[in-house]
Amino acid sequence: MRTITYRDALREAIREEMLRDERVFIMGEDIAGYGGTYAVTKGLYEEFGEKRVRDTPLAEEVITGVAIGAALGGLRPILELMTINFSLLASDLLVNSAAKMRYMFGGQPSVPFVVRMPSGGGAQRAAQHSQLFETWYAHIPGLKVVMPATPYDVKGMLKAAVRDPDPVLFIEHELLYNVKGEVPDEGVEYTVPLDRGEVKRPGEDITIITFSRMLHISLQAAEDLAKEGIEAEVIDLRSIRPIDIDLLVDSVKKTNRVVIAEEGWKYYGTGQGLAALIYEHAFDYMDAPIQHVTGADVPMPYSKVLERAALPKKSDIVDAAKAIVPAALVRS
Amino acid sequence: MAISNATLAGLTRTELLEMHYKMALVRRFEEKSAEEYTRGKIGGFMHLYIGQEAVGVGSITALRPEDKILCSYREHGHALAKGMDPGAVMAELFGKITGCSKGKGGSMHMWSNELGIYGGNGIVAAQMPIAAGVAFAAHYQGQDTVIACYFGDGAVDEGAFHESLNLASVWKLPVVYICENNQYSMGMAVGKAWAVDSLLPRAAAYNIPGDQIDGMDIIAVYESMKQAVEHARNGDGPTLLEIKTYRFRGHSMTDPAYYRTREEEQQWRTTRDPIGIFEKKLLENGLATQAEFDENDAMATQVSEDAAEFADNSPDPALEELYTDVMVDNSTALTYRYERK
Ligand SMILES: Cc1ncc(C[n+]2csc(CCOP(=O)(O)OP(=O)(O)O)c2C)c(N)n1
Ligand SMILES: [Mg+2]
Repeated sequence: MRTITYRDALREAIREEMLRDERVFIMGEDIAGYGGTYAVTKGLYEEFGEKRVRDTPLAEEVITGVAIGAALGGLRPILELMTINFSLLASDLLVNSAAKMRYMFGGQPSVPFVVRMPSGGGAQRAAQHSQLFETWYAHIPGLKVVMPATPYDVKGMLKAAVRDPDPVLFIEHELLYNVKGEVPDEGVEYTVPLDRGEVKRPGEDITIITFSRMLHISLQAAEDLAKEGIEAEVIDLRSIRPIDIDLLVDSVKKTNRVVIAEEGWKYYGTGQGLAALIYEHAFDYMDAPIQHVTGADVPMPYSKVLERAALPKKSDIVDAAKAIVPAALVRS
Repeated sequence: MAISNATLAGLTRTELLEMHYKMALVRRFEEKSAEEYTRGKIGGFMHLYIGQEAVGVGSITALRPEDKILCSYREHGHALAKGMDPGAVMAELFGKITGCSKGKGGSMHMWSNELGIYGGNGIVAAQMPIAAGVAFAAHYQGQDTVIACYFGDGAVDEGAFHESLNLASVWKLPVVYICENNQYSMGMAVGKAWAVDSLLPRAAAYNIPGDQIDGMDIIAVYESMKQAVEHARNGDGPTLLEIKTYRFRGHSMTDPAYYRTREEEQQWRTTRDPIGIFEKKLLENGLATQAEFDENDAMATQVSEDAAEFADNSPDPALEELYTDVMVDNSTALTYRYERK
């Protein structure tokens, strides 16, 4: 297998799906001439032309509506919103239309489209440009919400998302685009399901449940824990809605201890939802209260020192794990 | 040529030289910011105002101190023109506690209650409905304050633009909407985004006065703004100004601007520089000397350097600042600072 970046893996997925299916097209702000704010769509305009790689005016609401309408009209749109922060301007159409149409019209229409958007903090972009809203969207019946963390997953899941008959919110992370990983050669067909998490590191002593950029930090934390005699199992959720609860329960049955690590805000968020589900399905197997590592419960500050303090760190995960693994269990 | 005491557009020599100084200050300040960004002293997104100085300085000159401005994220120039201390602006860019937003906002989020600077908004067009609200508050309280709202050509594509103009018109709000049409929204040329190539029909559509101005001519900007401000102050409602300008740099510090040619940029820089155009006009009218320009420029350079030194020597915010300012009564903020141990 080759090693490529998350960014290139995304581009390959879009390209392969466009080659496979004439109905697939991509649109967004500055995706054609500019090549995409994060250079994901670079070169696609040159290859596929204006009809299938479309720059739009700066208007999130209308372009989201257009994607929904185009899906209803028989196309397979991939919509790039420049970042998830700006999806709030489109959120009415996502929540009140895309998510509702199938149900509200008695199972008649389907809305097969993908909204791709980067999210997350860590680049000193301050309060309005560092947010994570997977939790908001995952709250909505009728949407799928995925957040792949590796080049392999991001390619396979984007291909699956394009083929999926329902609206998929495909959330990337601004700090993952340059991350490298193994991906099968171009043209070697594979997809990754939209409803399955994955054990990225097996372990016996504690389960770390995480997703998106925090996966990489959790894996580093697991290495640190291993040096101290604690073997952590790291689970990448990959999909926020639906949640692969079986995978989580299986792991908890083995480790009896859970740390949830996410970048976003704590209250009423994805992690708290997961904790509730775990208590619901695996309470009898739990030996300690679930530990929850999150970003600070404040708007993201610009200052470098404050931003660093606001983001969850490797040491936060290590500390959280050590807090619930009794000394007697630590291997020497 | 003898220096005359004549006026230009009703502005005295002192006022004209002050405008020149402010343009020079914005130019030198932005150059200094770019330098500090490259040195890693400034992070995140930073959008420079170089090339657009005549718009901010010319229009703000037509305001009274108690009038308020709302801007986009490209607002260092407006903040300086409205009188913000360059040290406080630079310290904000450095993310220091002495910055105008305590280092919590950065380049895109500058604020001053005293000076009537109501932000730097990073969401395109978000300042437009908010400006209508600030104007409504002034109107409601019987104040004759005028609100100036700045936004780019890209903001025109958003629903908020249309909704704001309509409401401001229907309610006759004292707001001047100033579109700085610098020809691009990021890489999108305005010609590809707008269905009409002028804002005049859009002003007409909302039944408000509109004007199209050469934004490289500070006097033209000032005169048009003056009229719009008077209109608003007299209770006659909003105006939409389309000020044609050009950003000499990329969209932000990381934009190599591949979507336009270096020749196009060069053409604007050499023939349409707003500072050069203003200097020429002042010289031609015998209102100032080259020596006075040089003096202004030297002072602007010095002030910018002092600002950077001040910012560099200022302390970072204390870690406790992470949790302050969430709410007015911050004890009501749901915070788990005590849980982090
Ligand atoms: C709602 C929203 N969508 C997208 C963006 C990303 N973005 C930031 S600036 C910008 C271009 C805006 O161009 P324009 O309004 O012309 O202002 P200029 O940058 O030229 O001053 C875009 C697309 C944003 N900040 N907010
Ligand atoms: Mg513009």
